[in-house]
Amino acid sequence: MSKLKRRRREIRAAGLLTAPFLFVFTVFFLFPTYKVIALSFTDAPLIGEGQWIGLANYAKLLNDRLFFTSLWNNLYFVLLTVVPTTVIALLIALAVSKLKGRMQALVLTLFFLPYVLPVSVVTLIWAWMLDFQFGILQPLIAAVTGKAVPVFNNPHWVMPMIAVVTIWWTNGFNVLLLIAGLRNIPEDLYEAAALDGATPWQRFWRVTWPLLWPVTALVLTLQLILQLKLFDQVYLLSNGGPFNSSYVVLMQMYREAFQLNNGGYASAIAMVLFLVIVIVSVLQFQLLRIGGRK
Amino acid sequence: MTAKRARNLAFSGIVLIAAMIWIFPLYWALTTSLRSENRIVSNAGVFIDELNFSAYVDVLSTSKLPIWYLNSVATSLITTAIVLLTGMMCAYALSQLRFPGRKALYLLVVASFMVPVPALYVAQFILMSDLGLVNTWWGIILPQLIVPVVVIVYKQFFDAIPMEMREAVLLDGGGEFTLLFRLYLPLNWGITAALAIITFITTWNNFFWPFLIVTSESMMTIPVGITQVNDSFGVAYARMMALALLAAAPVIIGYLIFQKRVTEAVMISAGVKG
Repeated sequence: MSKLKRRRREIRAAGLLTAPFLFVFTVFFLFPTYKVIALSFTDAPLIGEGQWIGLANYAKLLNDRLFFTSLWNNLYFVLLTVVPTTVIALLIALAVSKLKGRMQALVLTLFFLPYVLPVSVVTLIWAWMLDFQFGILQPLIAAVTGKAVPVFNNPHWVMPMIAVVTIWWTNGFNVLLLIAGLRNIPEDLYEAAALDGATPWQRFWRVTWPLLWPVTALVLTLQLILQLKLFDQVYLLSNGGPFNSSYVVLMQMYREAFQLNNGGYASAIAMVLFLVIVIVSVLQFQLLRIGGRK
Repeated sequence: MTAKRARNLAFSGIVLIAAMIWIFPLYWALTTSLRSENRIVSNAGVFIDELNFSAYVDVLSTSKLPIWYLNSVATSLITTAIVLLTGMMCAYALSQLRFPGRKALYLLVVASFMVPVPALYVAQFILMSDLGLVNTWWGIILPQLIVPVVVIVYKQFFDAIPMEMREAVLLDGGGEFTLLFRLYLPLNWGITAALAIITFITTWNNFFWPFLIVTSESMMTIPVGITQVNDSFGVAYARMMALALLAAAPVIIGYLIFQKRVTEAVMISAGVKG
């Protein structure tokens, strides 16, 4: 077979092989990406045509107090979840990696299991755990505050409690990654440290922590991106309330588009989230690259 | 030596207790679901002391749970099959063939990681509505077909297969499709299973998108459907927990059976994201 003919065959095969993916990717991903950008410059309703209005939606966002409340709540939620879940996952991973055999498998299964549950199952279970009248955790809350608290109906409790539920739900993923990271640390480094008379505390800070850092950084950034996309738990547990104290950006996008019929404005909100996450992703990539070079 | 052993045992015990506390909400849901509504509100203990299945019977006979199961199974299976097939084919081309636009395509797939999918929901909803797919299985499925990580993982695994094996099949007159389905796929059943399970679980659990695209109760998937039952039950803790556990049963059982694959898939797909 001539070289040219073979080359042509290769290109044709590549075309056939990539076509299905490219088709799906273009129609259901690239096109909507373009569409959401375009919509954000119009006053379109959810269904139907709109007029080009330039940056008016973005200007409106700057004067939208609810939008800043949403952004602030997103940030607050990030503070409540990202570092705490990473610390908890690290403690669990360190403990689990000290166990052996079946015991390790059992404990890991128990810690990981919530991660595979659908979000609405998680919120049903926690709504019952924290039920104002009969919730099994209410005596605990009463012991601290003196009385039962309707947590998802209380502006001070709602975000921290949604954070607790979220950490319980998603933590298993982080545990798994950190355990994988711990397994990659060579055993002889610990032995060398032990021979040098290092205390367990020193061994952690001098050996485990620096060598685990790439995985820890990965967990932190994946969590940051994940938690910025908060919607399901808020919608199901508090619906953004009370008094907008758990109102978040995607909640506002949802309301504007699907309840107030403002497709254009909702797209502008989506674009802000889009930009925030792209910036975070790029920073993450740079950060990990710097970390990897060391 | 015995002191060390005792210390290890004590440590294991403490970790096990912590794990049991962690999983307590799920256990408590089970306990609740097996009691009569009257006993639940009368402060019974935390141990399973009653095996009353009436809540389960009630949920299965009065709610649309069986239909939601069907919708969830169908949409998750179809999504998983298409995601794996299209992803595998594209990855094979990216990994083994030289063609114009190859680098650009790969960069596009990698870059698409950064896009937060919910930001596209408004546009995807409009598209689905234009296509007349609101309240249909395909409306649920199509936007969920974008799983770039599958392409990237497959590409990495295909990259690792030695060229000599490829040449042998080509000399026998086999084409690229033969190579993919007779050589590259069979060599990667393990990763295929892992990706299939994680894609299936992710699709099964997706809430936001099916919640937007489906408004008719008989088209809902499990995670969306069970949120509709709230109102019709009134105060019914045992039934709510039975409902939650029936909804969770497939993924819990699936996870327990395919545990190793799930773990593997989570690690591999996250390693790529870094």
